[in-house]
Amino acid sequence: MNPLRIALIILAAVFFLLLPIRRRLAWRYARVLLLLAVATVMLAPFAWLVCAVFKDSTVLNEYSFLPPLSKISHETINLSNFRALLTDQPTVQGPVCFWRYVANSLFVASLITFLSLVFSSAGGFALAKYRFAGRGVLLTYMLASMTIPAVVLLAPNYQIIWQLGWMDTYKALVVPAAVSAFGIFLFRQAMLGVPNELIEAARIDGWGEFRIYLTLAMPLVRPMSGAFCLICFLGAWNSFLPPNIFLQSQAKLTLPVVLNQYVGQYRHDYGIFLCGTLLAMIPPAILFFSLQREFISGLTSGAVKQ
Amino acid sequence: MTIRPAIAAPPAPPPPNLRRALSDAPRIGGLGWRTRARAVPYFFLLPFVAVNLVFFLYPLIRATILAFYQTDGPAHRAYVGWSNFNFVLHDPDFHKAMWNTTVFAFFSICLQLPLSLGLAMLLNAKNDRLKGIFRLAIFAPNLAGQVFVGILFSVLFTPHYGLFNRFLQALIGWGLEQQWLGDPRLVMPAIIIASLWMYVGFNMIYFLAALQNVDQGLVEAATIDGAGPAHIFWNITVPAIAPVATFVVVTSTIGSYQLFELPYNLLANNAEGYGPNNSGMTVVGYLYQYAFHNGDLGTGAAVGWLLTFIILAISLVQIRVLGSVGRET
Repeated sequence: MNPLRIALIILAAVFFLLLPIRRRLAWRYARVLLLLAVATVMLAPFAWLVCAVFKDSTVLNEYSFLPPLSKISHETINLSNFRALLTDQPTVQGPVCFWRYVANSLFVASLITFLSLVFSSAGGFALAKYRFAGRGVLLTYMLASMTIPAVVLLAPNYQIIWQLGWMDTYKALVVPAAVSAFGIFLFRQAMLGVPNELIEAARIDGWGEFRIYLTLAMPLVRPMSGAFCLICFLGAWNSFLPPNIFLQSQAKLTLPVVLNQYVGQYRHDYGIFLCGTLLAMIPPAILFFSLQREFISGLTSGAVKQ
Repeated sequence: MTIRPAIAAPPAPPPPNLRRALSDAPRIGGLGWRTRARAVPYFFLLPFVAVNLVFFLYPLIRATILAFYQTDGPAHRAYVGWSNFNFVLHDPDFHKAMWNTTVFAFFSICLQLPLSLGLAMLLNAKNDRLKGIFRLAIFAPNLAGQVFVGILFSVLFTPHYGLFNRFLQALIGWGLEQQWLGDPRLVMPAIIIASLWMYVGFNMIYFLAALQNVDQGLVEAATIDGAGPAHIFWNITVPAIAPVATFVVVTSTIGSYQLFELPYNLLANNAEGYGPNNSGMTVVGYLYQYAFHNGDLGTGAAVGWLLTFIILAISLVQIRVLGSVGRET
């Protein structure tokens, strides 16, 4: 009998004891217990990761999480993994520090997010608030294009990027990702909610169309913008295939590609690449916590009519 | 109530604009603004159209042509007719990849989605302060991308030491020494478990939103009439969430058929990312291997088109079947 099973049996016994006495309380107890168990399973790998990066490589496998208090010392808990990860690595382009890859990833993901936000919101505004020749055709085309999986474009895009001379540049990552039919659709949905009377009023006041878009429509769709930024940033930050295919110089690589390399390179010292994985998870988490409310509403806005 | 800030925002128009607006009377009200605005929507849509033509429509046409060529890197190519398709359709590796991907898609829908719905229903209680925290905890794995989840789980699945192996041993007394990533029979279950951990919360968010559409008055009336929880679930909850469920099933299937990064990183140390005996090979992995390791973009394009047709066919069938179910109930 191990502690986990004993705990589970005790918790189950409490439920069955409660059931005949106070039915509602018993079910509420079971519900909270079940949710707690699921939440624990969901968070345990993260907790494990945080513990693992601080453990010395000699005790990495010895303890599930942290060593017992009596064993904690400088030999078991230290920053050696971080030190190994963050020292300069010799490459063909000279020594490269891990922070360089973090900066690359931040730059590429932020640029993609910014451009997507501008182009998608402008396109969504145009489709929602103007009537013009070709509008219906464009909408149908965009809807149809969303059914094509992106992988079919990988091989021809490789040729196109190569012919444009964009190999090993960030242009190859940023430009194709800067527009999306999906993003324009999301913003069209949100922009439909901007009252026409406001736009008419602004026009009578002599506002230019661009000013109406930027200072009238954009503030009104702010929740959608927040959600879209997060979706975009997560997608770009975690993107693996395009940088893997289009980038060649080690110093230009982004985090997912580098960490994939490190898994092979530090096969027997996995504290080092786990360290990198933990660092790579932090920026999306920060962004998520600052935009959490918008994210949940934006995520479901396409699927649920409210 | 969202109108207020916008009304407060416009300051008095600057004189030049005002003069222009007054001098051109038809612009004010009516249809006049359209003359001025005629070019504007095209300007707003120009970036999308330009990039889409170069990096979507044009490559799509090129992919069609490319599928009939054999290439060696981006520069050299030769016309080979249907032989790319012929080769792929008779390649045992492709069959394996197709089988693995289908197994994965099957479990995504038949295991992951019911669990997501169950969790959403557990969470969906009124006046619960804990709801936000639980929702966050269950959703959290989705913030880490497939690459990082794959790397993390490649260590969690270590025999004897891995957290998952230890947890399984403590829970059911089996699994401590299992080679999740080294045993061909266990590679797909390992991928399914990792993906379950990652996506169950993501789909739960959709179901949570869908459950807001369930008419609580109807539920109360049914309870008073003596309907059991199963009755209420099948006759009230399911019809109310049917549209969202269809959406989630279709998007999950499309996503599942494009699985690549999770197994490729999970198995980064086992047979170049495809696992022993290609037991973790997916269709996109097969495409990646042929197009970018072997340099045969033509085969890559052929595989891409095959996958596209398979995905389209399956989603159309799903929409038909699930749509009709939704109408009947």
